[in-house]
Amino acid sequence: MTDERKIRILVAKPGLDGHDRGAKVIASAFRDAGFEVIYTGLHQTPEMIVSAAIQEDVDIVAMSVLSGAHMTLFPRVKALLDDAGADHVLLTGGGIIPEEDVAALERQGIGRLFGPGTTTTAAIEYVRDWFAARPSA
Amino acid sequence: MSTIERDLVGRADLEGVLREREREIAELRARLAEWEESYDEIPKRDALFTTISGREVRPLYTAFDRVEAEGDDAIGFPGSYPFTRGPYSTMYRTRLWTMRQFAGFATAEETNARYKYLLEHGQTGLSVAFDFPTLMGFDSDHARSLGEVGVCGVAISSLADMERLFEGIPLDQVSVSMTINGPAIILFCFYVAAAERQGVDVASLRGTVQNDILKEYQAQHAWVFPPEPALRCIVDMFEWCSDHTPKYNPISISGYHIREAGATAAQELAFTLRNGFEYVERGIARGLDVDSFAPRLSFFFDVHNDFFEEIAKLRAARRIWARGMKEKYGATNPDSWRLRTHCQTAGVSLTAQQPENNIVRVAYQAMAAALGGTQSLHTNSMDETLSLPTEKAVRIALRTQQVLAYESGVPNTIDPLAGSYFVESLTDELEREALDLFEEIDALGGVVPGIEQGWFQQEISASAMRQQREVESGDRVVVGVNHFTEGSQKLEIDTLKIDPVVEQRQVARMAAMRAERDDDTVRSCLGALTEACRSGENLVPRILDCARAYCTLYEIRAAMEVVFGAYKEPVFF
Repeated sequence: MTDERKIRILVAKPGLDGHDRGAKVIASAFRDAGFEVIYTGLHQTPEMIVSAAIQEDVDIVAMSVLSGAHMTLFPRVKALLDDAGADHVLLTGGGIIPEEDVAALERQGIGRLFGPGTTTTAAIEYVRDWFAARPSA
Repeated sequence: MSTIERDLVGRADLEGVLREREREIAELRARLAEWEESYDEIPKRDALFTTISGREVRPLYTAFDRVEAEGDDAIGFPGSYPFTRGPYSTMYRTRLWTMRQFAGFATAEETNARYKYLLEHGQTGLSVAFDFPTLMGFDSDHARSLGEVGVCGVAISSLADMERLFEGIPLDQVSVSMTINGPAIILFCFYVAAAERQGVDVASLRGTVQNDILKEYQAQHAWVFPPEPALRCIVDMFEWCSDHTPKYNPISISGYHIREAGATAAQELAFTLRNGFEYVERGIARGLDVDSFAPRLSFFFDVHNDFFEEIAKLRAARRIWARGMKEKYGATNPDSWRLRTHCQTAGVSLTAQQPENNIVRVAYQAMAAALGGTQSLHTNSMDETLSLPTEKAVRIALRTQQVLAYESGVPNTIDPLAGSYFVESLTDELEREALDLFEEIDALGGVVPGIEQGWFQQEISASAMRQQREVESGDRVVVGVNHFTEGSQKLEIDTLKIDPVVEQRQVARMAAMRAERDDDTVRSCLGALTEACRSGENLVPRILDCARAYCTLYEIRAAMEVVFGAYKEPVFF
């Protein structure tokens, strides 16, 4: 079945880290790829991110974390999404995240996490594939 | 006898000299045309002949490429106006640049140990990296700090932490740079109070606090207060420091973060210097004599991949600053004209793939910084795209500077690239581009309106996007990432991990500190600070009182925020 609906994606910057070059580049690339993109701006708490995700009814939350706080932030946002009945939302992201942490977070139900050197094309492909194969599709 | 002297001998006939010169120029043009013709005939590599900033560079530069009408007045001599050739007359012949590695992680004790390690290995100054909660003005035990305490830098929430950070490091002997901006005035007061506790004469303090809020709004994003009250705090520090800490730099006007966020070399140069001039205007508007504070304004630039463009950028920066300070702002003390800068190699140029290659990138960038005439330098560690650096990675980065300083011969001759057709032409070009960007900023109404309209942020993002496209298309070669890749992406180096126990330990320590201090003094100091924020008096003495009473970072921030409010960014992408 072809799904003509646009993919809705929230690009979020959790925590206190202000490095948003990656978040802005990926948000622009998602927009250019035809997705509906909402960007949270900086310094968001997990609660703020989940509330924006619910309000905007997004398919995907993509978080950029370069601060080293990924082991706190990803599980927290995932738990809040699940609590809010939004476990169908894909939580993915990127940043400075060591391989063993990526594996640990994937085991907790978090989607792919992209590291430095990733192309925007790779991230776009991943989002499209997930969207096409998602359980509710 | 030099050619310039020989030219004068026996040439009384001026007309003859002129004719001779014209003939030489005509001949040079003819030979250039001949070369251009042969150049056009030969095929070229399929490559981008642009700098990483997107600047077209020509295959060859000649005497015709100098656009600076004033000729050698624009180049001059090291240590004299307009300082193109360096801020000091003897440069590295007298003193090498300060090797200053930015460091901080976990708690004050752990960072203190790293500082002692670096000093033992020949580092000559310290540079404090704070964690994100500290950068944003939150205590380690604040709810917003969860998961971030001590992770990206050291956690400093009160004078008690600052005392531990410099335990056994005499603050009258070691110069300390602190990268803090939004709450800079507070951390500066912790530092001064820590020096007092060591029994050190505050007037002897040498070092720098970054304290450059404008580039925070533009690029780095660790802000606390809105622009106007934030600028007031900065001018308060100019004023206080010129009276009390005459050897201390109360600001480091920084292009580094602007560049790392995606700006081009010309944007970095222009935005940074325009920010600098904004601070000067604010000081003058306060009624300060420009020569009372301008000599202590210091700078901080990125040194990125494109070797010659970076050297030219540093040379152009000194000339623009000198000319602006003298001609526009009427400074008469040469120290006010003299741009002194710290440099750091480009973190953004490091790759997670084949991380050892980063050692080589850093070495070239460091050489550009030295050829550009920097006063101090941080060389990045090879593992910084993966985590905070390990001790070994930091040691290699420091050794890279030592090899440059002691083996390469680079520091022996001052500004050795002066007179290079290419480097002088690039210097002129960058200066002209910066001046054009100044006009654009003025047309927006100045720096603060430009920030409020999101102009700087959008210009920087657009440049970042262009660079990303170049890398993704493969046109901009990044060794190990889009060319010369290796099958295995497996990490081959050790990385540093911060134990989550650090956060618990720091939170427990905060509780103990709060229990020990005198609550009445805390309350009265904070009340007096809020009052001072309203009255407009200089805030430094009030915040110093708070620091001495062990008020915490967040308590002090909150006492100011009541009056100042908090900054809200314009969100866009």
